[in-house]
Amino acid sequence: MLTTLAAARSMRASRPGLSTTRVGAVISRNVGALRSGPAYWIVLVSGFFEPLLYLLSIGVGVGALVGDLTVYGRTMPYAAFVAPAMLAVSAMTGALAETTFNVFFKLKYVKTYEAVLATPVRPVEIAFGELTWATVRGSFYTAIFLGVMVALGLAPVGGALAAFPATILVSLAFGAVGLTISTLMRGWQDFDLLTTGQFAMFLFSGTFSPVQDYPAWAEILIQITPLYHAVELVRRLSLGVYGPGLLGHAAYLLVMLAAGLWFAARRMERLLCP
Amino acid sequence: MIFARGLVKRFGDFTAVNGIDVEVAPGEAFGFLGPNGAGKSSTMRMISCVSAPTSGELRILGMDPVRDGTRIRARLGVCPQLDNLDPDLTVRENLTTYARYFGLSRVEGRRRADELLDFVQLSDRAGSMVEPLSGGMKRRLTIARSMINEPDIVLLDEPTTGLDPQARHLLWERLFRLKQRGTTLVLTTHYMDEAEQLCDRLVVMDGGKIVAEGSPRSLIETYSTAEVVELRFPDGLDLNADYAAKMSGIGERVDPLPDRVLLYADDGDAALTEVHQRGLTPSSVLIRRSTLEDVFLHLTGRTLVD
Ligand SMILES: Nc1ncnc2c1ncn2[C@@H]1O[C@H](COP(=O)(O)OP(=O)(O)O)[C@@H](O)[C@H]1O
Ligand SMILES: [Mg+2]
Repeated sequence: MLTTLAAARSMRASRPGLSTTRVGAVISRNVGALRSGPAYWIVLVSGFFEPLLYLLSIGVGVGALVGDLTVYGRTMPYAAFVAPAMLAVSAMTGALAETTFNVFFKLKYVKTYEAVLATPVRPVEIAFGELTWATVRGSFYTAIFLGVMVALGLAPVGGALAAFPATILVSLAFGAVGLTISTLMRGWQDFDLLTTGQFAMFLFSGTFSPVQDYPAWAEILIQITPLYHAVELVRRLSLGVYGPGLLGHAAYLLVMLAAGLWFAARRMERLLCP
Repeated sequence: MIFARGLVKRFGDFTAVNGIDVEVAPGEAFGFLGPNGAGKSSTMRMISCVSAPTSGELRILGMDPVRDGTRIRARLGVCPQLDNLDPDLTVRENLTTYARYFGLSRVEGRRRADELLDFVQLSDRAGSMVEPLSGGMKRRLTIARSMINEPDIVLLDEPTTGLDPQARHLLWERLFRLKQRGTTLVLTTHYMDEAEQLCDRLVVMDGGKIVAEGSPRSLIETYSTAEVVELRFPDGLDLNADYAAKMSGIGERVDPLPDRVLLYADDGDAALTEVHQRGLTPSSVLIRRSTLEDVFLHLTGRTLVD
């Protein structure tokens, strides 16, 4: 009995849990890079403008031609329909840009993680640190974007506050999947695939028109892809349309998060500790 | 400090390290000497607990690298074969950020960073980014980085490969100081002079195996002679083997190389006199002390040039 206890204890000691100090160190490396590398700022800022430009050109511009739209039994200006989708998109692109481009570069070319793994930091701690940082970046975009939405009268303040935590979840989910994608990338040519996939989701995930307008088979196809769930979750919360459907969308994103992290940590260990 | 028995590392069905036994004592400067592909880096990566042994026993600081990797790594300093400094950070931030990975406070990290920058003579470049630094400076920074946690063992994988002579000598001098402070050093090299300068004890590796072990001096005594006569002939190249045959019996051993003939003898002058007596007229002659290069040549039949 005593020996089993001792064995159990030593097993636990040998598999130390996640160290928040070490995860924090991985994050603070990125803060340092932000401070010292001027190029990073440019990347960061440009990532924010894309969804904003779509909102203004399509949401407001095309919206003037389209007129009002009725969804969830409510009638709203077209821009108010598009805005939450652009919000979800900016959460997605913010996190994905970080965990794909930046992580892939550090993984494959500058060997940053090889240096990190010679310290007590473990692969799973790198995964957590990078994901947290990516989520901070995504949430930085969405916070500003929500401010713009409120200022343009496209969302009530209460809706914006409710949608913000949802955008954090969206960043986490896409960021985690992005980490796994980075570990599977063979080279930069694979980024073309990723960009195309991202753009297809961007166009069809109920972003610019309700998915019910598509043929049934397309609707089902869209409902399998992740951005649809992100858009639905964020849009419903920002418009104040509550219902059990919210839980389904949130669950989808939570599964993405868990699976993405798990695969990423395993793949990183395989790649970096041969 | 380090104990290995029958250590093996395989990549697929390729065996990079093929059952080596190594023991390193505290305060010792220990070297792995061998040509490219000998398995030095693979061994170093297992010792640094970033690569799990395929089989065999390995203990670092009395712990098991697979189970206690995090705890062992906290007490190791690693300078990898290829610099992997962070290009997005300044010289000083490279050190302070690294300190954070070891769980050191910001204040302590900054204090050690400044001290180490001074130690490797990079204080005046503290605010510079990494990219404009010369190869020697980057190497020094990597070595400084490996010391940020005040490690018990510093592992250096080819610390001076690719550096110019001045940079090498500066590095050697810094490493020698480190050794004087009592830090255990483990290094790999394919430079004979480096091994002779820095190592108390070394193993010669070839094809994943250890082919000889001892102090530089004892290896030379065991596998070579006190002196070596290097002879070059005007029409050498194709005829060196013939010349070597004509010299057989002089000294201990004669070795024809493509560009010269090596004559191993304890008394180089006497051997040369005999060469002249046999009517041979080399175009140039050099009598030198035996080095580890000669040991290596003898053990593997190859020069260390890759
Ligand atoms: N990750 C790896 N996968 C496959 N082969 C490897 C890997 N790392 C090293 N090798 C092979 O193992 C052999 C020994 O390499 P290495 O340990 O780097 O030798 P050294 O450092 O002495 O030059 C080489 O033939 C190399 O190609
Ligand atoms: Mg090597």
